[in-house]
Amino acid sequence: MTNVLRKIYVALIFIFLYAPIGTLIVLSFNASKSRAKWGGFTFKWYAELFQNEAIMQALTNTILLAVLSSVIATIIGTVAAIAINKMNRTGRTIWMGVTNIPMLNAEIVTGISLMLLFITVGMRFGFVTILLSHITFNIPYVILSVMPRLKQLNPSTYEAALDLGAPPLKAFFKVVLPDLAPGIFSGLLMAFTMSLDDFIITHFTKGPGVDTLSTKIYSEVRKGIKPEMYALSTLIFVSVLILLLLVNRTPKDKSKNKV
Amino acid sequence: MKNKKLNSLMASPYILWSIAFIIIPLIMVFYYGLTDKDGAFTLENITAITAPEHIKALSIALLLSLISTVICLLLAYPLAMILANMKGNQDKLIVLIFILPMWMNFLLRTLAWQTLLEKSGVINQVLEFLHLPALEIINTPYAIILGMVYNFLPFMILPIYNVLCKIDPNVINAAKDLGANNFMTFIKITLPLSIPGIISGITMVFVPALTTFIISNLLGGSKILLIGNVIEQEFLQANNWHLGSGLSMVLMIFIVISMIVTAIFDKDGEGSAL
Amino acid sequence: MKKIVKKILIVMLVSVLSMTILSACSSSGGENGVVYVYNWGEYIDPETIEMFEEETGIEVVYDEYETNEIMYPKVEAGAVSYDLVCPSDYMIQKMIDNDLLQEINWANIPNASNIGEQYYVQSEEFDPGNKYAVPYCWGTVGILYNKTMVDEPIDSWTVLWDEKYENNILMQDSVRDAFMVALKVNGHSMNSMDEAELQAAKELLIEQKPLVQAYVVDQVRDKMIGGEAAIGVIYSGEAIYTQRENPDLEYVIPKEGTNVWIDSWCILKDAQNVENAEKFIDFMCRPDIALMNFEYITYSTPNDAARELIEDDDIRNSTIAFPDLSQYENLETFSYLGEEGDELYNNLWKEIKSE
Repeated sequence: MTNVLRKIYVALIFIFLYAPIGTLIVLSFNASKSRAKWGGFTFKWYAELFQNEAIMQALTNTILLAVLSSVIATIIGTVAAIAINKMNRTGRTIWMGVTNIPMLNAEIVTGISLMLLFITVGMRFGFVTILLSHITFNIPYVILSVMPRLKQLNPSTYEAALDLGAPPLKAFFKVVLPDLAPGIFSGLLMAFTMSLDDFIITHFTKGPGVDTLSTKIYSEVRKGIKPEMYALSTLIFVSVLILLLLVNRTPKDKSKNKV
Repeated sequence: MKNKKLNSLMASPYILWSIAFIIIPLIMVFYYGLTDKDGAFTLENITAITAPEHIKALSIALLLSLISTVICLLLAYPLAMILANMKGNQDKLIVLIFILPMWMNFLLRTLAWQTLLEKSGVINQVLEFLHLPALEIINTPYAIILGMVYNFLPFMILPIYNVLCKIDPNVINAAKDLGANNFMTFIKITLPLSIPGIISGITMVFVPALTTFIISNLLGGSKILLIGNVIEQEFLQANNWHLGSGLSMVLMIFIVISMIVTAIFDKDGEGSAL
Repeated sequence: MKKIVKKILIVMLVSVLSMTILSACSSSGGENGVVYVYNWGEYIDPETIEMFEEETGIEVVYDEYETNEIMYPKVEAGAVSYDLVCPSDYMIQKMIDNDLLQEINWANIPNASNIGEQYYVQSEEFDPGNKYAVPYCWGTVGILYNKTMVDEPIDSWTVLWDEKYENNILMQDSVRDAFMVALKVNGHSMNSMDEAELQAAKELLIEQKPLVQAYVVDQVRDKMIGGEAAIGVIYSGEAIYTQRENPDLEYVIPKEGTNVWIDSWCILKDAQNVENAEKFIDFMCRPDIALMNFEYITYSTPNDAARELIEDDDIRNSTIAFPDLSQYENLETFSYLGEEGDELYNNLWKEIKSE
C-alpha cells in the first residue's frame, strides 16, 4: 500500500515538473508562429533550425560555457569546501558568508558589478568574461552541495588511512573523495544547470556577437519567441534523455538480477 | 603544522577568486548604494526602503518566497526519502530525471506555464471538457508561488537527497531494534541527521525566490510588485543604479538575517563538524 | 557513485564534441573590415545582413538587445565598442544629451533621401536639425481589440476604464507608454512634467488597475491572438501580424491622440568603423532592402521608395502600417525628460504597481 502511495507521489511530482516541457514539445510541432494558437502539425521548425547558423552558434557557446564553467567551478569549489571546513569557526563563518554573496545579490546587481569590474580592469568583453562570471556564480552552488557531505564525513576514516601509512593525497582520493562524490556530483550538476539558464549576468558580461541560447531567447521576446527555439529545446531534451538512458544501460547492470 | 599549510594552499585559489570576482564587485555595489548621483556619501538609498511602496514590495516578496520555500520543503523531503530508499543502479538516473527539466531554458518553461494556466489555456480546456470549474490563478500571487515552487524545487530535492543517502542504514535499524516506531525513528534520527541538507535547500530556494522578477512578470501579470521587480526597474528602467544598489544592500541584510536564523537551527551540524 | 560522475562527464564530452563539429564551419572576418551593429532583437531580416556582407566584403558583428534601457548602460559604460545602434526617439535624445553619438555625414548616405520628408520632420522633436538619426522603423501605439468580444466600435482610450471589460484588458508594462495613455485621456501632453497632471494620471491608472488582466510588454500579441483578452494596448507594427493570425482583431488609433515613435540608426561617438557604419546605414536605406526588412518584421518603414515597391495593395495602403497622420490630432513623440523626469515617472509608476 505505502509502496503504491509512494509511486503515485513520485509520479505526481514528475507530472508537475514535466508539464511545461510537454507543452514546449507540443509547441515545437505547431505550424502557427503564435504560442496561443494551434495551426496544425508541422516539422518545418526543425528543418529551419538547422539552417539557422546564429542559433547553432549560440548552442555551441552555451554548452561550451556550461561545461567549462561547471567543471572549473567544481574543482575550485570542492577544494575550497574542504579547506573551509578545516578552518576555525571564524574563518569558516567568514568564507561561507562570502560564498553566499553571489546568491544574495539580485542577479542584475551581480551582472552590472561584474561588468564594471571588467571595464575597470580593461578586459575585452567576449567569451572569457562570460566564462569568468559563470564560474563566479557557480562556485557557491558547488560549495553549498559539498558542505553538507563534508559535515557528515567521519574524520577518523581519513586519519585511519593515514595511520595505516597511506600518503595524504592517496588517502584523500581513496577515502575522502568517494564519500564526497555525491555532493560534488550534484554541485557539478547544479553549476551546469545554472550556467545553461543564466541570462542577466551573461547579458552584461558578453561581448558583441557572442550569444548564448538565453541571450538569444530573451532578445526574441519582444517580437515573440521563434518556434525554432521550441524545436531546439525539444531536441536538447530528447537527446539528453536518450544519452542518459544509454549510459545507464551500459553492461554490468546488476539491478536486473536484484529485482 | 603541515596540515595547516596544506589547508591554506587549498583555500588560496578560492580566496583569490572571491576577492577578485565577489568582494571587489560587492564593494562597488556598496559604493553605489552609499553615494548619490554626485558621488557624495548618503544613506538615502538605504532608508528609501521605508517608502510605503518599497516596504510593500519587500513584504510581499518575503511572504511569497517563504511560502514557496515551505512548500518546496514539504514536497521535496518525502520525494528525497523515497529516492534515497530506492536500491540499485536506477536511483541516480531517477534523480537526474528530476533535474532534467531545468536544462530547458527558464524563460521558455515559465512561458509554457502561461500557456498551461491561461484563461483559455490547456488546463482550463481540459477542466472544461470534464465539466469542472475553471482554474483562475494566472496573474495572481498563487501563480507566482507555483512558478517559484516549480523553478526552485530541484534545488531543494538534491541537497536533501544527498544527505539522506549518506545516513547509515544501521543507525536506523538500530533505532528500530530498540523499539522506536517509524515516526519516532524519523523524528529522532533521520530528521536531525538531514538538517544540513535542509539548510542548503532552504538557502538555495529562498534566496533566488526572494530576488526574482521574471516569475512575477510572466505569471503574475506584473500586477504584483516584488522587491526584485523594484531593483530591476531601478537598474534597467529608471537607470538609478544608486537606489538599485541601496535596495539590494537592504535585501542582503534580510537574507543574512534569514541565514542566521537557519544557522541557529544548524547548531548540531556545526557541532558535529568541529 | 564514481561511475555516475564518469557517466555525466561522458555525456557532457559527447555533447561538446558534437557541437564543435557542428559549428566548425563558422565565418571568418571580412576583407574590408568589420562593423559592430547593436539592434533590437528580431528587428532585421537576417538575409539582408548576409547580402550586405557579400556585396561589401564587410563583416557584420551583430548583437541584439531587448529594450532601450538594457542597451543604454552597455553603450554608456563603453563595455563594448559598437559602431551602430538603433534606439527609439527619447533614447536618442538622451544619448545626444550625454554626448554618446556623433553627427551623421549625410553625403555618405545617399539612400537616406528615400526616407519620407515627414519622418525627418517628426525626428526634429528629439534630434533638432536632423544631425544624428536616420529613421529605420516607425509606428503608433493604439488599441487592439477582438471584434467578437466587444459590443461597440472602439475609438477611445476610455474603453480601458470600462468596467464591462474587467479582467479583459491588457495594459502596457512600461512607464512611459502607460502614462501616455492616462495623460492623453486627461487631454495632457505625454511629455508632461507637470506635477498635478502626473498625479491625476497616476490616480487614473490606479483606478484602472482592478480592471487590468495583466501588464505586459511582449505577450500582448500571443494573448490577443489566443483570445485571452478583449482589449490590449499594442504597437502598430504588431497589428498586421496579429490580424494575420486572428482575423477577429482590429487595430485603432484612439481619438485622444497617441505616441508616434521612430527607431533610428545612430553612429556612436567612439565608433571605430565609421565608414563601414555609414555603408551599413546606406544599405539599409536601399528600397529593396528596406522592403525585405518591412516584410520580415512588419513594422512600418519610413522608406517611401520601399513602400512603393510593396506589391500587396492592402498593405501598401494599410491605414495601420501607413496611417495618414494629418487626420489625427494630438500625436506626439516621446522626448527625454532628464534624470528628474525619469525619476518622477518611475516613482509614480512604482506607486501604481504596488497598490
